[in-house]
Amino acid sequence: MYNKSLKQLSDSLQKKEISSVELSDYFLQRIKRFDADLNSVITLDEEGALLAAQRADKAIQLGAAGALTGIPLLHKDIFCTQGLRTSCGSKMLDNFIAPYTATSVSQLEQAGAVMLGKTNMDEFAMGSSNETSFYGGVKNPWDLKMVAGGSSGGSAAAVAARLAPLASGTDTGGSIRQPAAFCGITGIKPTYGRVSRYGMIAFASSLDQAGAMAKSAEDAAIMLQAMSGFDEKDSTSVDKPVDDLLLHLGDSIKGLTVGLPKEFFTDDLDADIREKIEQAVDTIKSAGATIKEISLPNINLSVPAYYVVAPAECSANLSRFDGVRFGHRCESPKDLEDLYKRSRGEGFGDEVKRRIMIGAYVLSAGYYDAYYKKAQQVRRLIQQDFTNAFKEVDIIASATAPSVAFAAGEKKDDPVSMYLSDIFTIGVNLAGLPGMSVPCGFVDKKPVGLQLIGNYFEEARLLNVAHQYQQLTDWHLAVPAGFEQE
Amino acid sequence: MPIQSEDVMNIAHLARLGIEDERVAAYASDLSNIMSLVEQMNEVDTSGIEPMAHPLDQSQRLRADEVSESDQRELLQSNAPDVKDGLFLVPRVID
Repeated sequence: MYNKSLKQLSDSLQKKEISSVELSDYFLQRIKRFDADLNSVITLDEEGALLAAQRADKAIQLGAAGALTGIPLLHKDIFCTQGLRTSCGSKMLDNFIAPYTATSVSQLEQAGAVMLGKTNMDEFAMGSSNETSFYGGVKNPWDLKMVAGGSSGGSAAAVAARLAPLASGTDTGGSIRQPAAFCGITGIKPTYGRVSRYGMIAFASSLDQAGAMAKSAEDAAIMLQAMSGFDEKDSTSVDKPVDDLLLHLGDSIKGLTVGLPKEFFTDDLDADIREKIEQAVDTIKSAGATIKEISLPNINLSVPAYYVVAPAECSANLSRFDGVRFGHRCESPKDLEDLYKRSRGEGFGDEVKRRIMIGAYVLSAGYYDAYYKKAQQVRRLIQQDFTNAFKEVDIIASATAPSVAFAAGEKKDDPVSMYLSDIFTIGVNLAGLPGMSVPCGFVDKKPVGLQLIGNYFEEARLLNVAHQYQQLTDWHLAVPAGFEQE
Repeated sequence: MPIQSEDVMNIAHLARLGIEDERVAAYASDLSNIMSLVEQMNEVDTSGIEPMAHPLDQSQRLRADEVSESDQRELLQSNAPDVKDGLFLVPRVID
């Protein structure tokens, strides 16, 4: 049951071979059985899941079911869910019951999906290993000593261990794609502005984007379709019709041009991973695509520029956590300044504090031009590199991450080395392009992810290429040992 | 430019962020490392390049000036640590 595609699950529901209540209970039981090892879920919502599943079963009885009706899923704990704790992986929001629901969560709910609970994540989505979570790190189901990646590590590990068919994620610098790669699942971050950010707790507003995490490109397409669209409650949401993401999944990719940026195939890339990426590119070539070397001359500056833009925006966004209106408040503050400082000092973990301080520093008087303006100019150069590349090629391919999942603790105390694990993903966020990660093999029994990058609003083409690749390979169907029992 | 312990204390104050004294040196070292990473940006000449604030270069959308939300004070204050008569309570600011 756990390895069935969304289409197969939906088919079983429509034929009434299984009810949504039974299917949801099946996955809830899997979470209870396996998650003690993984720590991928922060909050389970059994009661809410049962009610939603009953509603879905009613819709199916009435013949009013869609592709997601009755399908269980998990949401990253960054999405506000009314009446349910929304912690963002932080002590600051450990007691926060969201008073409203994020638009993308509502859209999936309206499509009939059944939320089982909320997944673990790096605190405020700041991290690449899930180790900054107040609730403890997430283990990688392929090797419990390894990290699941981050920041959407809980969602990635849960889907990889087949604790839910789908999970939502967010991606500010690689937070969907890198954990998807580390856990061997398929994850897509669409174009900036494609999915509403309303109700998604903000980290870096000009970079944050929600997306879908699933076993396959086809399943991710079904989920992303339901999440996408204009939302007047998000001032950066794009008012543009959403393409049909399923219509072209089956199209041939004959004649497609795939660009390989030479800057992504240097010594930074582990040789074994490079081999897997080259094999994946050969497979895409065998399906009729043309391969072309391209250059993104400024891409090596994406991590430096990102660590100005993202902390600057984070320091502004996180100033709302002041211990006054919601969130953690310190005991017996002696005055207002003490209230702010101690509430924030106690509520935020180390990595969040580092980023707030970097942000406050680069925005402080006298430094703005040297850092923030400079970073925004570099950002423009990186975007121009991609724009030029897309004049020559239809999609860009690379490794998602320079290594496979690393050991828990290995980079925890070295922020810069942690940041560099996102060297291949961060440029995509700075430019605002859609990107995804697709499983393409194993190195040392740990999954490797192939990153595919598309031009603006070309999610359908990305998913088409990923789906065609998955028709020729079965890496996405592999299930980690220990999670195979029904 | 390395960040000193005094800088850390100053930045933390600007951000109203309480940090433990014994952690100040470690933050100074971490922030210095991060800033040397950031300073790699200086390798490239960006004179004349228009700064990019938004991936799609959109301008701020405005909406009609109409009431769109209902009063939900009680619900919205239910997460507040200290509330009285519909007001958020904080320590006395003015003597």
